[in-house]
Amino acid sequence: MSRQATTSQTVGPFFSIGFDWLAPDDLTAPGVSGERVIIEGRVLDGDGQPVPDATLEIWQANSHGKYAHPEDTQGKPLEKGFTGYGRIPTDDQGKFRFTTIKPGQVPGPSTGSEKKFQAPHIAVAVFARGLLRRLVTRIYFPDDPANATDFVLNLVEPARRGTLIAKKISAARNTLEWNVILQGPDETVFFDC
Amino acid sequence: MANIVGYRRPSPGTQPSYLHPPYRSSIKRAPEKPLVYLPHTLSEVTGPSFVPELIDAKACDLTRRHSGEPLGERIIVSGRVLDENERPVPHTLVEVWQANAAGRYLHKSDQHEAPLDPNFTGCGHALTDAEGRYRFVTIKPGAYPWGNHHNAWRPAHIHFSIFGPAFATRLVTQMYFPGDPLLPYDPIFNCTADEEARQRLISLFDWETTIPQQALGYRFDIVLSGREATPVEDLK
Repeated sequence: MSRQATTSQTVGPFFSIGFDWLAPDDLTAPGVSGERVIIEGRVLDGDGQPVPDATLEIWQANSHGKYAHPEDTQGKPLEKGFTGYGRIPTDDQGKFRFTTIKPGQVPGPSTGSEKKFQAPHIAVAVFARGLLRRLVTRIYFPDDPANATDFVLNLVEPARRGTLIAKKISAARNTLEWNVILQGPDETVFFDC
Repeated sequence: MANIVGYRRPSPGTQPSYLHPPYRSSIKRAPEKPLVYLPHTLSEVTGPSFVPELIDAKACDLTRRHSGEPLGERIIVSGRVLDENERPVPHTLVEVWQANAAGRYLHKSDQHEAPLDPNFTGCGHALTDAEGRYRFVTIKPGAYPWGNHHNAWRPAHIHFSIFGPAFATRLVTQMYFPGDPLLPYDPIFNCTADEEARQRLISLFDWETTIPQQALGYRFDIVLSGREATPVEDLK
């Protein structure tokens, strides 16, 4: 190693000037396969106050469990029109909302010769005024049997795992709720990534 | 699938802590519980990429987005995006945003009593070339006051957002200007313990990219996390 990674700095309160040109909040282009879901929630600070100047970036596999990236060498189909990337700012009430498909399972670390898959999940990076570095977390799906054996969920103490799992709030529209609590007793699990 | 080679974690002190009380906004927004160490999986070593068709080729010149020229000192900001192993990061998206020459952002929440410039929006983006190079034409942003503490002023800076090859390499930072007298007093610039790491946020004045009669050049190289030398150990 001959250089050190550049120091992170906060996005500050005015990031929308730089980010608004590219802010996909619906990943379900026509022809994209899979179960459509709406995920909504709020970003809250240590006083439970909404954070209106945050943005979430999401990254996920398609419904087959394949990432649109050259390092995903699995023999699974890519889907034209599915990038796996979204960027969703919070509104004045700290609320966000996006539409996507439930990703398929992607490989986890191998254990000997056995292939282990991770439970369906969405990788999330949180940026906000006041955050000097991005926060990294994940969204998992409720009632998925694969959650019980997921390698990453099992790194988290059981009492806090629930912060990573979205809750179903409307069956009719397949809407899930998932919140980002930055600080406090119900703090979301964030990862050293 | 072969074992995953993860990205390197930062050396101690070279990245800010989440809680940095002199920066007041961090106090209620920094997590209190320790982060959970996440060995990199396929989800972290992959990440979004952006096709050239998405990019507006004119978006790298922030001075030509309107009918007239913006006020202020025209500058060229250029550099390379590299990884810690000094390999260029090609074809990656770089986004910038900034205040105008008077220190005012084109944003509804910016209440600073300085004029907006109808010829300056203050945002740009570009993909790095095959050697990881980028280049923006813009104007030098002004310093501006903010409410963090009594007589608080942000030094002139340009916000940078860089994706790199993976979810794990994502970086948002700020570029500063050499010789700015406000730097020692700025809690955001000073949030990182390591002095050398802070100094690397300051661009270099650059004769080589300065265009005679037209624009001063500043050089700012950005380094993203590099690949670990060996695969993440298998978990038994």
